[in-house]
Amino acid sequence: MPQSDTPPLVEIRGLRFSRGSRMIFDGVDLDIPRGKITAIMGPSGTGKTTLLKLIGGQLRPQAGSIRVDGKEVHKLSRDRLYALRKQMGLLFQSGALLTDLDVFENVAFPLREHTDLPETMLRDLVLMKLQAVGLRGARHLMPSELSGGMARRVALARAIALDPMMIMYDEPFTGQDPISMGVLVKLIRQLNDALGLSSIVVSHDVAETVAISDYVYLLSGGKVVAHGTPDELGGDQSEWARQFLEGLPDGPVPFHYQARDFAEDLMAGTEGGRE
Amino acid sequence: MLDGLQRLGQAGLRFFERLGRGHILFYYILAGIPSVLVRPRLLLQQVYSVGVLSLLIIVVSGLFVGMVLGLQGYNTLVDFGAEESLGTVVALSLVRELGPVVTALLFAGRAGSALTAEIGLMKATEQLSGMEMMAVDPIKRVLSPRFLAGFISMPLLAAIFSAVGVMGGYFVGVGLLGVDEGAYWSQIQASVDFDDDIINGVIKSLVFGVVAGWIAIYEGYDAIPTSEGVSRATTRTVVHTSLAVLGLDFILTALMFGEN
Amino acid sequence: MLQSRSVEIWVGLFIAAGMAALFMLAMQVSNLTVMNDDAGYSVTARFENISGLKVRSPVTMAGVRIGRVTGIGFDPKTFQAVVTMNISSSYNELPLDTSAAIYTSGLLGEQYVGLEPGGDFEVLKEGDEIMLTQSAIILEQMIGQFLFSQGAESESK
Repeated sequence: MPQSDTPPLVEIRGLRFSRGSRMIFDGVDLDIPRGKITAIMGPSGTGKTTLLKLIGGQLRPQAGSIRVDGKEVHKLSRDRLYALRKQMGLLFQSGALLTDLDVFENVAFPLREHTDLPETMLRDLVLMKLQAVGLRGARHLMPSELSGGMARRVALARAIALDPMMIMYDEPFTGQDPISMGVLVKLIRQLNDALGLSSIVVSHDVAETVAISDYVYLLSGGKVVAHGTPDELGGDQSEWARQFLEGLPDGPVPFHYQARDFAEDLMAGTEGGRE
Repeated sequence: MLDGLQRLGQAGLRFFERLGRGHILFYYILAGIPSVLVRPRLLLQQVYSVGVLSLLIIVVSGLFVGMVLGLQGYNTLVDFGAEESLGTVVALSLVRELGPVVTALLFAGRAGSALTAEIGLMKATEQLSGMEMMAVDPIKRVLSPRFLAGFISMPLLAAIFSAVGVMGGYFVGVGLLGVDEGAYWSQIQASVDFDDDIINGVIKSLVFGVVAGWIAIYEGYDAIPTSEGVSRATTRTVVHTSLAVLGLDFILTALMFGEN
Repeated sequence: MLQSRSVEIWVGLFIAAGMAALFMLAMQVSNLTVMNDDAGYSVTARFENISGLKVRSPVTMAGVRIGRVTGIGFDPKTFQAVVTMNISSSYNELPLDTSAAIYTSGLLGEQYVGLEPGGDFEVLKEGDEIMLTQSAIILEQMIGQFLFSQGAESESK
């Protein structure tokens, strides 16, 4: 766990969560410090998105506790949970923009829903947020006219519309060309520092994520397998961490999906059996 | 044998599970209606897309159904020398049955399927989830206005359908086949009763409005969030709504017109 | 929202059209204009046989619809049918000795009550009974009688 004097923003203890018979988290302990960018990395299918939804209170864990800003998320009443969510932004992988509204209205959406601001002030606020992500000029476009990178930037502007205390990024770099990847990296860092946010970045793009994060957790098999600052992790000699960070095809995570012995399988074919 | 029984049991359990989820959702949708009334603009937008956009198909279908009723009714009645009663036949079949039922079936195809697809796609593209994370309740913001819009639009559409149908019957009967104009209207007025026929027709279409809206919204909200899941849900909406409307129509008719 | 105005106009038109359609159904199609139960008064009449008369059947005078049948009962003492009619209050000057008969509109049409005015100066009021009645003509009986009399005629020759 990172050492600091102030209590962490998000505190996860003994988290267990399973979907059907598949165990996704089996006793996860995590701390997300305030004012920093924390990366949560792991191979696909380790439930990184699930973790964000658990923090946001959209899913309910089977055991363990998740405290955000000192409040236990899953013991809050509905109203308090909604009040807490106003202080969290979650940036979905797809952007999750409302397709029947244009860019301006999308960013204005949380403001219209939760505040009673006069139209002129609302306009100024929305333009400010759009300016921050560099898309003030695109305010009249519909979501279908945006590229993937632009959609994510609009979603980012929308996520910061209510001035939250934390933003969670779900795979922000996936499927982006190098330029928009660079833009997003810069934006995440900039917004975090300028607005005094705390950020959680969930990703499996090692290079970009490590470059901007202050602290990194590696998840695998439902557990935290390694954590530390990027430098510490670089020196981490555990086999698994090395395989993931360096992208080796074979290692503790085997190349082959679990199967019986290859030769035996071939023999079974000649006997005409298909199990 | 046992496998068959097991499959039957599974299907039964799944059915009851879906029914239960549907009812819970129905309750939440109803609970969200007060918050819609505070923001009529949301409702307006939905009445537009559910009601106004269904107007064309309703008017055209109503006109043709009325004209066909006029033609068929005339051909049958003329054998008995009772073609003066054409108005009664046209108006009663429209107001009591065809108006509410055909409108509900067309509504399922036009507005219901669109509702399911829209909500299903909003789910698939994480828009609903995104709203939840913005502390906006998608049931109140998205589902309840659509449900209420269907509830409001259905009786209006059915009334338009019936009215246009009566006009269609008039064009054919009076205009083309030479039934006496006065007889057409006076026969209608003599036989159609306000309480028993028109009010009951409106009640029917209100019930259909609830059912059609509920099924469409439930299927969309419960759809598997993939393009295949959404397309299946859309089909299910049309099939289930049609079956529910026809089944309920029988029950309602038996309750309303069964006595005396 | 640029198009919100046209949306509002369309919705307004839609609701107006729906209301107009309902209004037309109520006024033009149904008999709402004639019927108003609250404002009418009830009279009764006894018939030997009412044939196919039903509740809601029309009550007419000189061919004009002035009310409708609201109840049909049976008197176990006299073995007569008791028909209750509601007559619109705008026709509240019917003579007390008005007579009632059950007719059929056309050969196969519905049964209705036809009232025939008398000459009394007193008028029918709520709860009064029409004393002079003529029962429904029953087609089967008439045909039967006709055949019977034909047979009797040919026999006497």
